[in-house]
Amino acid sequence: MTPTEQAERTLRRTVPLIVVAVVLVAAVYVRALVFTPYEMVQGPAQKIFYIHVPSAWVAFLAFGIVGVTSVVYLFLKDPRLDLFAASTAEVGMVFTTAVLVTGPIWGKPIWGTWWTWDARLTLTLFLWFVILGYLILRTAVHEPGQRARYSAVLGILGALLVPFIHISVYLFRTMHPMPVVLRPGRPTLPGEMLATLLFGFAVFTFLFAALLRYRYALARLADARAHAEAERADA
Amino acid sequence: MLETLRLALAIAAKDVRLEFRSRTAFVSALVFTALVLAIFNFARDPTAVSASDLAPGILWITFTFAAMLGLNRAFGLERENRALDGLLLSPASRTALYLGKVLANLVFVGSVEAIALPLFALFFNVPILPVLLPLVLVIALATVGFVAVGTLMSSMAVNTRLAELMLPVLLLPFLVPPVTSAVQITARLFAGRPFSEALGWLRLLVGYDVIFVVACILFFESTIEE
Repeated sequence: MTPTEQAERTLRRTVPLIVVAVVLVAAVYVRALVFTPYEMVQGPAQKIFYIHVPSAWVAFLAFGIVGVTSVVYLFLKDPRLDLFAASTAEVGMVFTTAVLVTGPIWGKPIWGTWWTWDARLTLTLFLWFVILGYLILRTAVHEPGQRARYSAVLGILGALLVPFIHISVYLFRTMHPMPVVLRPGRPTLPGEMLATLLFGFAVFTFLFAALLRYRYALARLADARAHAEAERADA
Repeated sequence: MLETLRLALAIAAKDVRLEFRSRTAFVSALVFTALVLAIFNFARDPTAVSASDLAPGILWITFTFAAMLGLNRAFGLERENRALDGLLLSPASRTALYLGKVLANLVFVGSVEAIALPLFALFFNVPILPVLLPLVLVIALATVGFVAVGTLMSSMAVNTRLAELMLPVLLLPFLVPPVTSAVQITARLFAGRPFSEALGWLRLLVGYDVIFVVACILFFESTIEE
């Protein structure tokens, strides 16, 4: 089987996974809206929490994967790692955008403003800008080896930057809700809400993995076609 | 180690000499800086907002813009006649090349800052003399941080399409920690607050410098053609 056919096969096989993931996302909505109790103070606005927080988790996960893959790329120089990092960044971009969109929708009724320069908002916004810069840089470099090296360096520096932006925005006062799951001591979230949230985490991670697999196969396909074309041109 | 430093100094001296002979970039950067400071005057209502409230932000936005101008030309200079290939063929290591470029950029940006600071004090009527020493320290620390990252970014940006636009897009997010800390410390200095209040920000600034200088030295090699 040629690399092109192999990539095409992976693409086809990933479609059902994405369908399952989307159905599961719908299930998260249903569970959150119908089977999870209202939060006493925030009322229905709080429901967005079950989408917002899992998206944020996936966004940061994607960022971590880009950082680690970039380090490994610089050591091994395997072009597949570069394609994988780029695919992760692109899918991560979608989830980061979801975080930035769902946040203000919740913020308007609860904080009384669409946007505020709160610590975590600012951090996520700059995370979004770094990923955007990464993707723009990739479109602006033609030679694949150079593009891969540049992206890897930017990916690593970006991952190093996150904790620094986090601290700098944290030194400003924050009005973002404090963590309710990953905190010292037991989670403060009531059991039913926690169950919905954890379900959301699992589903969004699965959706991320499925989309990433698809995007990566697509990148491999484009790569394989480019190679095949180059070979034809040589012959 | 000593050899690397010697070569880095030689490369920096080359760049500084080049700049000193033409002075075009330096003079343009200075004029630009003075213009930015003057234009900021229209961005505030002097009866509503006192100059000292806006001053730290104005100072640092001006410095950031000025640095961006200087950084853009660091590697652009070497593109002409493929001068970079000559540098890479020389026995100087990649680290020496990077450090040399950082030093030359520091001289460039530092000189612009040194002239812009009194101008800023004059335009916005900020008494900088009583806090001059800590202020210079903060400026030095922040400048080292963003010149280190900026030099690395400019070595990449110069080889892309839209090079002049690419550098700010890549670099600005990385300036958030050093510029935020610098603004916060500067504001406390101008307000006459005790230095201990700015200690958290100072730690952040120093931490940023250490981590990013080391990381940039390590990864610079990967941005240069092998």
